[in-house]
Amino acid sequence: MILVTIITILMVAGLIAWLVSRWNVGLAKWIALVAMVIDFLIVCSLWSQYGVGKITGTGSSTWFIDYKTKWIPDFGIGFHLAMDGLSLVLLMLTFFLGILSVLCSWREITDRVGFYFFNLLWTIAGISGVFVAMDLFLFYFFWEVMLIPMFFLIGIWGGERRRYASYKFFIFTQAGGLLMLLSILSLYIIHGQQTGHYSYDYFNLAETRLEPTTAKWIMMGFLIAFAVKLPMVPFHNWLPDAHGEAPTAGSLILAGLLLKTGAYGILRFVLPLFPNAAAEIAWWAILFGVIGIIYGAMLAFAQTDLKRLIAYTSVSHMGFILVGIFSFREIAMQGVVMQMLTHGISTGALFVLAGMIKERLHTRDIDQMGGLWTSMPAMGGAALVFTMASLGLPALGNFIAEFLTLLGAFPAAPKLTILATLGLVFSALYSLRMFQKVFLGNRLTNTKTMDMSPREILIMASLTIAIVLLGLYPQPVINMVKTVANDLAVSHGV
Amino acid sequence: MNELQFNALLPYTLLATASIVVILLIAFRSTHTLIQVVGFLLMCSVIFALVKVRPLLPVTVPPLFQIDGFALLFTGLIICGVAIVGLFSYIYFEEREENPKEYYILLFLSTLGSALLAISNHFVSFFIGLEILSISLYALIGYLRNRNNAVEAGMKYLVLAAMSSAFLLFGMALIYMDTGSMAFQGIADKLNQAHGTSLMFTVGIGIMVVAIGFKLALVPFHLWAADVYQGAPVPVTAFIATVSKIGVFAVLFRFGLAVNLQNYPLVINIFATIAVASMIIGNILALRQSNIKRLLAYSSIAHLGYLIVAFLPGNMAGVEASVFYLLAYSITLLSAFGIITMLSTRSKDAEDIDVYKGLFWKHPLLALVFTVALLSLAGIPLTAGFIGKFYILGAGLQQHLYFPVLVLVLTSVIGLYYYLRVISAMFSAPLPVALREKTTSPLFYNSTYIALVVLAIILVGLGIFPGIVVEDIRTLLTVR
Repeated sequence: MILVTIITILMVAGLIAWLVSRWNVGLAKWIALVAMVIDFLIVCSLWSQYGVGKITGTGSSTWFIDYKTKWIPDFGIGFHLAMDGLSLVLLMLTFFLGILSVLCSWREITDRVGFYFFNLLWTIAGISGVFVAMDLFLFYFFWEVMLIPMFFLIGIWGGERRRYASYKFFIFTQAGGLLMLLSILSLYIIHGQQTGHYSYDYFNLAETRLEPTTAKWIMMGFLIAFAVKLPMVPFHNWLPDAHGEAPTAGSLILAGLLLKTGAYGILRFVLPLFPNAAAEIAWWAILFGVIGIIYGAMLAFAQTDLKRLIAYTSVSHMGFILVGIFSFREIAMQGVVMQMLTHGISTGALFVLAGMIKERLHTRDIDQMGGLWTSMPAMGGAALVFTMASLGLPALGNFIAEFLTLLGAFPAAPKLTILATLGLVFSALYSLRMFQKVFLGNRLTNTKTMDMSPREILIMASLTIAIVLLGLYPQPVINMVKTVANDLAVSHGV
Repeated sequence: MNELQFNALLPYTLLATASIVVILLIAFRSTHTLIQVVGFLLMCSVIFALVKVRPLLPVTVPPLFQIDGFALLFTGLIICGVAIVGLFSYIYFEEREENPKEYYILLFLSTLGSALLAISNHFVSFFIGLEILSISLYALIGYLRNRNNAVEAGMKYLVLAAMSSAFLLFGMALIYMDTGSMAFQGIADKLNQAHGTSLMFTVGIGIMVVAIGFKLALVPFHLWAADVYQGAPVPVTAFIATVSKIGVFAVLFRFGLAVNLQNYPLVINIFATIAVASMIIGNILALRQSNIKRLLAYSSIAHLGYLIVAFLPGNMAGVEASVFYLLAYSITLLSAFGIITMLSTRSKDAEDIDVYKGLFWKHPLLALVFTVALLSLAGIPLTAGFIGKFYILGAGLQQHLYFPVLVLVLTSVIGLYYYLRVISAMFSAPLPVALREKTTSPLFYNSTYIALVVLAIILVGLGIFPGIVVEDIRTLLTVR
């Protein structure tokens, strides 16, 4: 029930914020913030309840909460929410970034504020729904609920090319989503014909026996949907546009959370539902992951638009996730989850910084920046931390994630893993170039720039604490997902 | 005809009376408002009669009609559709130059035709229903006879519809020659005895497909659609898009189920090809349209293509899916055309996409209703359109119709683009646009407004809880 509450709070708060904004814009912001904080506190209390040392055994006990009720019984659709370690970790990330996304929109959004926060809250509601839905129909439902508000966020409050970016984003993800819908339906029908019991429930469908070729086709439907979201090269095309044109909070949510739903989908659905078919294409998936790592890094190096640059680093970092998942090693799975968290935090932080710079200089072109350190040392310091995080400096979270991933992947595909390691070198190249161009060198603009305001310091400080904490003491997260990672690895016989 | 049959036909007799009542009202010089109100009440009484008739079913009225749950569903859809179209008509025609009263006679007549199609199980009633429907439509389309577009559209429809009727008759004649029967059941019996198809039967069906394809605006018989949608008055467009298609689709389904069309691979392949072509071409033609009425015309070509996918399996799952889809599709299109009516000015229909720029910031509620309608057309979850599409996909996959289903999915992705274009126009920065400044009748303006909001709520409601109607559809379909 608590899971329903979490999602309902967001949806209701979104509606209230929209209505209230007619009379009082400030109140709408506060409502959004309070809703996020309440949800964050709920998830924190869940964490302390089910956290370290309280998980015992495997099997059904991996699920902390399981809530099930009828929704559309005629089709065998249930309203089934459940939470395990993986979901909990991701929910934590969702609401952490959710609070920050409200905070960083505080000044940036000036028109149609109520509708903006409505969309923001509903996107987050959709994302949290995706992380806990255990009925495939419901999952698809939430998958779309997070999509439409995001379309509006990009399309209304985005940059100059917002319309193009929002269409592209929507059509790419929707195409993937519809293929997934076909797969869900096929699975549902095959399961129904086998057992006579028509159901979309994850746990029922997991027992479906599939012919190898059928399994492969059905899996491809899921995989394409998730690969578009992740994004995997060559489906990454929408990402730089969407990230580049979205408002700051939009980029933060896109990079921090939406991409993670792709990774989550692969972990939750592709691997457990189609273990054999997934094993068959593992080498290819790792190959595409490696291509993504290197190609994304190269493109990032060539960008002059700050937000697009950061967007391409996402492509590169998400490659590691693909490599990690398809190596089917427990340690790599833990690395993948870490990568999901740390990439969300570090890239999200970089987008927030880019937003702050854009607010001050009114440009995203890094050729017109330079020497910003002298006028904004605090922001420079924060940027340095996240640039270092992005290039994988030890003691910061990303290092742990990428190290674990590569460690796990090496036995599975040594040659490809060696290539993937090159990604770390490339990431140093683009990260340092970015930092050098923006903050160091000669000052190119005469615009008067203010250093960070207390609100912005609060945002960056909490992000910094999070990334350092994850870098120095990742154990709670690793414990939390231990059983999940173990199950995934075991089901593939490794 | 015994009493039971007479009673069962009550909704249809009432419907026929409606036109006569309107004629009498005109003779007594009633006002537009009175006619509108009486017309609405008559439609309500027809719906009431349908509810009353339900326990008597199924009833056969040999040789022409069969009134069963299937007919009840389709008739209900038709009547509800026409009640809403009638509501839109008031504010639209009240401020047009033409005398609006005779319009209602034609409207109810064509409704009668459409409803007769839903209960016909004989070629004769099929043809008569279709002709009542089409002949009133010629006049309805050209109703604003001083406007060039309207006359052109009316003529175009007249010529093509007359030709398609000829095709239909020819097809029926061939089938009659082959089987010696004009009743659907009789044809089916003959075919069962004959084991296998004769050439004449296949050719007959093929020729009938031309006529049906024309009425449903399926590719390659879709050429009239965009011009007629554009030229006809907005409420009439709404009528063509929903009511007339529901009727034709109903008779197609009844015929298909009666003679087990899915046993004839050649025929099914023809339908599959038409469906695929409609989905692809309809969606592609809509891509570059900036005229909303034309855009909806092309999108309705695509949607009828989706519906034919539900027809292909030829089983009850397909019927269920198509009933639900038609329900969602009619509500959606009615609300879309309602919005167009609301925004049309005296001299010009709100058909240019520029009219919709920034609508959200001026009329948030209308824009939201339109957004919901467009999202439903695009088949996005939370709306009835998604459940409908989902239902069709399920019905198709169950019969292993992988190719049409895949085309359906891919073309709906194409379709997204033009729906999104309209939506993002509504949410873009506002333009100074002349909107309907003053309304001639606040009562009807407001009731249209309320009706639109209710339609949007139903769309979302069905999208989240389709269970409320699915159960009823299932039980009704078992009454046969």
